[in-house]
Amino acid sequence: MPTFQLKINGKSQTVEVDNDTPLLWVLRDHIELVGTKFGCGIGQCGACTIHVDGVATRSCLLKVSDASEKEITTIEGLSEYGTHPVQVAWKDIDVPQCGYCQAGQIMTASALLKSNPSPNETEIRDAMRGNICRCASYNSIEKAVQVAATKLS
Amino acid sequence: MASGGLLVGFNLFTACKPNVEPPVDISKLNFNDFNAFIKISDEGKVTIFSPNPEIGQGVKTSMPMLIAEELDVPWSDVHVAQGVLDTANYTRQVAGGSQSLRFGWEPLRQTGATARQMLVNAAAARWGVDPSECSASQGVITNGKGEQLGYGDVVKEAAVLEVPEGVTLKDPKNFTIIGQEISNVDIDEIITGKPLFGLDYTQEGMQYVSVLRPPAFGQTLVSFDDTNARSVNGVTDVLQFGNKVAVLATSTWAAMKGKKTLTANWQQESPAESTEMHDELLLGLLNGSTFETLRKDGDVKKAFAEADQVLERTYESPFLPHNCMEPMNFFANVTDSKIELVGPIQTPAGTAARIAQMLEREESEVSLEMTRMGGGFGRRLYGDFAMEAAEVSNLAKKPVKVVFSREDDMAAGIYRPAIKYRIAASIKDGKLTGYHLKEAAINNNMYGLIPNFFPAGALENYQVDVANYRSNITTGAWRAPYTNFLASAEQSFFDELAELMEVDRIQLHVDLLQNVKGTTDERIQYDPSRLEGVIHKVVEKSNWGKVPEEVYQGFAVYYCHNTHVAEVADIVLDNGLPVVKKVTCVVDCGIVVNPLGASNQVVGGVIDGIGHSMYGELTFNDGVPQSNNFNTYQLIRMDQTPQVDVHFIESDIAPTGLGEPTLPPVGGAVANAIYKATGKRLYKQPFMKNLDVQSVIG
Repeated sequence: MPTFQLKINGKSQTVEVDNDTPLLWVLRDHIELVGTKFGCGIGQCGACTIHVDGVATRSCLLKVSDASEKEITTIEGLSEYGTHPVQVAWKDIDVPQCGYCQAGQIMTASALLKSNPSPNETEIRDAMRGNICRCASYNSIEKAVQVAATKLS
Repeated sequence: MASGGLLVGFNLFTACKPNVEPPVDISKLNFNDFNAFIKISDEGKVTIFSPNPEIGQGVKTSMPMLIAEELDVPWSDVHVAQGVLDTANYTRQVAGGSQSLRFGWEPLRQTGATARQMLVNAAAARWGVDPSECSASQGVITNGKGEQLGYGDVVKEAAVLEVPEGVTLKDPKNFTIIGQEISNVDIDEIITGKPLFGLDYTQEGMQYVSVLRPPAFGQTLVSFDDTNARSVNGVTDVLQFGNKVAVLATSTWAAMKGKKTLTANWQQESPAESTEMHDELLLGLLNGSTFETLRKDGDVKKAFAEADQVLERTYESPFLPHNCMEPMNFFANVTDSKIELVGPIQTPAGTAARIAQMLEREESEVSLEMTRMGGGFGRRLYGDFAMEAAEVSNLAKKPVKVVFSREDDMAAGIYRPAIKYRIAASIKDGKLTGYHLKEAAINNNMYGLIPNFFPAGALENYQVDVANYRSNITTGAWRAPYTNFLASAEQSFFDELAELMEVDRIQLHVDLLQNVKGTTDERIQYDPSRLEGVIHKVVEKSNWGKVPEEVYQGFAVYYCHNTHVAEVADIVLDNGLPVVKKVTCVVDCGIVVNPLGASNQVVGGVIDGIGHSMYGELTFNDGVPQSNNFNTYQLIRMDQTPQVDVHFIESDIAPTGLGEPTLPPVGGAVANAIYKATGKRLYKQPFMKNLDVQSVIG
């Protein structure tokens, strides 16, 4: 099997997997970073969202062979101690119910605020519509993005 | 997962057993079998084990709050851990029916209070004073002279004392934790991506398993070819078990990839069913006479014969998959000496027992550790995925984790079945004289309490009849079973009925409820005064009838899962299409244990209900589910979501659950609002598919 050099959360990682392995499964099964979640495998639910060179990306659709040379950030690397303003807002609002989708939600929200630090309601809703929350914690997610935006700006 | 983390714990009730003679006789503990809940460290920090499975309903936070309240420790000193399956020490370790807090309310507080009394007794013994001279608060025991001992100072002595009976519980006025907004106890782990869920669990040597199941209901496996699967990198084995084929591999991706390369021949053994066929069969049942009567008051036939007017309507709902965000999965390690199970399960005791039976082993050989669950909604009541894992591990003689793909999860579901209701009411001299509800369902009919929900008891002539068709499609509980559609149907019907009777739709409910007050009928499940209370409050909080003219409001009220709920949906039209902008939801669930978690449940239930009423549908053709992922199945997303305005009725009545009861009525509230906006009554879900868009545009 081929070997790949990856840069994940600022650390260099070497993995030996098939070319077509989605980065999602490399993270989860080979590097033991299980914060990135499997939801649908076809880029429809957003549970597996990570940052690739700062851009929110579905890791279930990104082949490991296309991930070399990129700066990969997962929920585990968003901040050292969970103190990213989006994480803090998630905690302050107490967003999660089951919690399973929330890493993906946080990664989408943090990428949004990086490119648009003060989004309006429509911009938040449009940016977050790709992330499904089956518990329907959408009101709280929306509020937490607003709170984080206020803190950032 | 059940360890106390940093804390050097001392289990008040059981950990002392090996060290101390004579051992604490657990059988003397009279906490309704609750006991192994508390550890206290030398420093006075407390680990509380939460007994019930956590599916996102918040019990891992709220159940320990009950113990901590009566133990009387600062919440900041509490660490919560998930209890494992322990049928000797815990009762009803089930996540289902919105019953955890209701059943836990007394026993969990008693557990805390009894522990507190034992700590006080230990301190008193050390001081040589009578316990009545001592008091305990916030983890500190104080005697008459003002001397103090921490819980951690006396825990070892306390643990071996006789267990006191008849301890006094706090007056709710003195609660310091119950009623406070307490954050989800797993919040830090969730927001930083720590392993919490079944899918995150792993063990040395564990094989990932992807299972090929029959593509259509009613099929059995004839033969399969695994040549290609075995050549996939990482695939370690391919095994047939029963009607299925398991691909074992060293990674999830390899297992899934291996499964995709399997080819198999299947034989249709029982009918290949379709949605069209179900529709015909269910309507046939409603038109037929094969009903079982679940409740009969008076004589509806006579009431209908004598009526001035009769309104009869038929309401239809589709199959729904659960679609938990975390696909089904389970770990099993079956060896000659033990059966180790780990994973997300709403029914740990039942599942462990079924696996022991399946493998012809003793239940005492089975251990089960519950992980946090990425949603349940009823799907994880059924341990089919855990049984698969146990069966494969038993055959392979290896630790395994079965992982469903999303396609597996949606296509091998245990669905909310399609159900149709026919509701008829009779009107005589301007009064409602009879009500007849008929149910035609796939596989199973409504459970026995439901015919005693509103409007049972309010009408002299009232009857509930049910009939079913036995399908080979697997069906089961889905968040608020039966009522999840029945409430929508009945509350739509009442809206239309009020219009026909030319009475105010809210007043119609209030008037009917007066007939139930003081009833001696013990079968009646709801409290008419509490239903009236939520109705009045929702009218006030929603500005009912006082909103701008472009806003259309729909009302619904319902009782289920021991909780009373009223809702008003505000919709607007956007290019002729309804958009739900806001839902006002008033809930009477007794004492609100954790307002933060409670509000999350209420909002989640409402939006979930809107999503499935508007968009949810799983159809079948030739026995095959026609959706198997989120590109062909629509779940509600943020941009389709209204704001939910939550209000609780202030109450000192014992709490009831919130995981389900806010979902059922919202479909009715939305349908009624859409009617006001468009003049179109909606009788069939999902609304957005069955709303004749042409008729409302312009």
